[in-house]
Amino acid sequence: MLYRENGQFKSSYRADQQIFPILQDRVAILALLALAFVAVPVFASEYLLRAIFVPFLILSLAALGLNILVGYCGQISLGTGAFMAIGAYAAYNFQARIEGVPLIVALLLGGLCSTVVGVLFGVPSLRIKGLYLAVATLAAQFFTDWAFLRIQWFTNNSSSGSVSVAGLNVFGVPIESPVQKYLLCLGFLVVFALLAKNLVRGAIGREWMAIRDMDVAAAVIGIRPVYAKLTAFAVSSFIVGVAGGLWGFIHLGSWEPAAFNIDRSFQLLFMVIIGGLGSIMGSFFGAAFIVVLPVFLDKLPYWFNVPLDTATASHLTFMVFGALIVFFLIVEPHGIARLWSTAKEKLRLWPFPH
Amino acid sequence: MGFFLETLFGGLMVGMLYSLIALGFVLIYKASGVFNFSQGAMVLFAALAMARFYEWIPKWFGFDNKLLANVLAFAVAVAIMIAVAWVIERLVLRKLVNQEHITLLMATLGISYFLEGFGQMLFGSDIYKIDVGMPKDPVIVLEKLLEGGVLINKEDLYAAAIAAALVALLALFFQKTATGRALRAVADDHQAAQSIGIPLGRIWIIVWSVAGVVALVAGVIWGSKLGVQFSLSLVALKALPVVILGGLTSVPGAIIGGLIIGVGEKLSEIYIGPKLGGGIEIWFAYVLALLFLLVRPQGLFGEKIIDRV
Repeated sequence: MLYRENGQFKSSYRADQQIFPILQDRVAILALLALAFVAVPVFASEYLLRAIFVPFLILSLAALGLNILVGYCGQISLGTGAFMAIGAYAAYNFQARIEGVPLIVALLLGGLCSTVVGVLFGVPSLRIKGLYLAVATLAAQFFTDWAFLRIQWFTNNSSSGSVSVAGLNVFGVPIESPVQKYLLCLGFLVVFALLAKNLVRGAIGREWMAIRDMDVAAAVIGIRPVYAKLTAFAVSSFIVGVAGGLWGFIHLGSWEPAAFNIDRSFQLLFMVIIGGLGSIMGSFFGAAFIVVLPVFLDKLPYWFNVPLDTATASHLTFMVFGALIVFFLIVEPHGIARLWSTAKEKLRLWPFPH
Repeated sequence: MGFFLETLFGGLMVGMLYSLIALGFVLIYKASGVFNFSQGAMVLFAALAMARFYEWIPKWFGFDNKLLANVLAFAVAVAIMIAVAWVIERLVLRKLVNQEHITLLMATLGISYFLEGFGQMLFGSDIYKIDVGMPKDPVIVLEKLLEGGVLINKEDLYAAAIAAALVALLALFFQKTATGRALRAVADDHQAAQSIGIPLGRIWIIVWSVAGVVALVAGVIWGSKLGVQFSLSLVALKALPVVILGGLTSVPGAIIGGLIIGVGEKLSEIYIGPKLGGGIEIWFAYVLALLFLLVRPQGLFGEKIIDRV
């Protein structure tokens, strides 16, 4: 009744091709942005901002990057953590070695370094496909784990690869309180989400999807696999690298290579798959699910006053997490984004479906 | 020269153990098209069950015979792995038929989280010992040919022999029995196999059980070497490059891939490692596999990938 496009006529190509063609969607997204930029910083507690919102924003950004590679271009990658690590450590090096590099520039340069390495590790994808490629991308993961632990130059000669940053500021405004961190991450996320959405709607996004659906057929109709695959790797690892920089600089403050180990890669892949492959919206749903679930599971025993020792609790968390993931995959293999679009379809006809 | 040979033998032995884990991957991939990431968790789970029942069974029944305790514990562990296979088939695989590779891969990751949590909750999370009476003392061979001879760990020799025997047994099972033939048929083409009356569900349970037993054997061998603890589930990560190097669908590939990775890893650690700062084992295996794949994208013995439009 409320969510219906009747009477919304488009009289120009511009109007026809906008991101949200339905008026109600535009209103909703504006409301959501207002909520995120104004209401959340005002009302959310410091703990909520620090423990949930900031990780959620940064991991959504990383999931968004990964979704471009896995969901849109169909190249499974198990090495996302590596590209996050490269983004974080490269940004750290730019800040530590060059006097007066602004934070945002350092983060973007970190993303650029990640892009270069991403393209390098993307080259085998021209020949290796499917699960073979998935395992081969683990080479990137283990290599960077090792490099940041053993090659002292990358970590400015700190032992065991642990580095820390302090005194961050953007345009002279210090980034210290959770609200400031939150707003910075939100700014990055909104810009990159808009960018990603427009990329996947454009010519290049169509090329990626053609490659995903069948790369031989795509090549036959004139799409260059080299170009399409490598750009997907480049864009994806750029976004993931920036997310890694944010994760290190904003969320952790001081970190070591283990912060970006293989578990992080799996976590991001879970987000993308549970959220929905090939959906920008899905990246957010997946990140929300995976970030909130462990916090929720940790808290659950306290709410019900069930005393559990920490070992049992952590094992239980593992079990429930694993079981829920399997459950979700069985119930909706196409991810939460599919549920979302089904709900929207239903809403269009509600309350008179016939 | 003696040192080189020692390293080479060491690599071959380790490689044999990698093959054992890789075998579990290949068996399941062939029969159900699932890239089973939970193989490592299954190794851990099986080894934990074995180690704990080895302690518990003599206590419950009040006898003190090491051999009997080992045999009983092994039998119980086999039963548990079969039960696990049955549950996985019932609750997960059956509901995910015809899904994409990556969905199935993620589902097995979920299973592996579950098994890791469940196993440690059930059996405890300390370090346990498995003692199946493998000799720990080293032997020196080739003393006549080389000065000082070549030092070999007897335990490794036994382990390699067990692994080889298991592989031979599996090969016989696949080639000579009716069930084995059914398994190969399913591996070839699910639909065709089903249409001539091969029960897919039962075949999957059998394959996952066999993979569970292979995981148990791997767990026992690795466990008696390193002790049974959480890190056991990580050996699966070392078996992954073996699987893709040998080819996802090939049993001999798993063996030869394992040997190549084992030897390459040990030799590189000794001869290249010091120049790069050490600890290169883990990524070297992957890079080696990657280089092989660039030449043969389907692995050494995998089925040729043919793309048709």
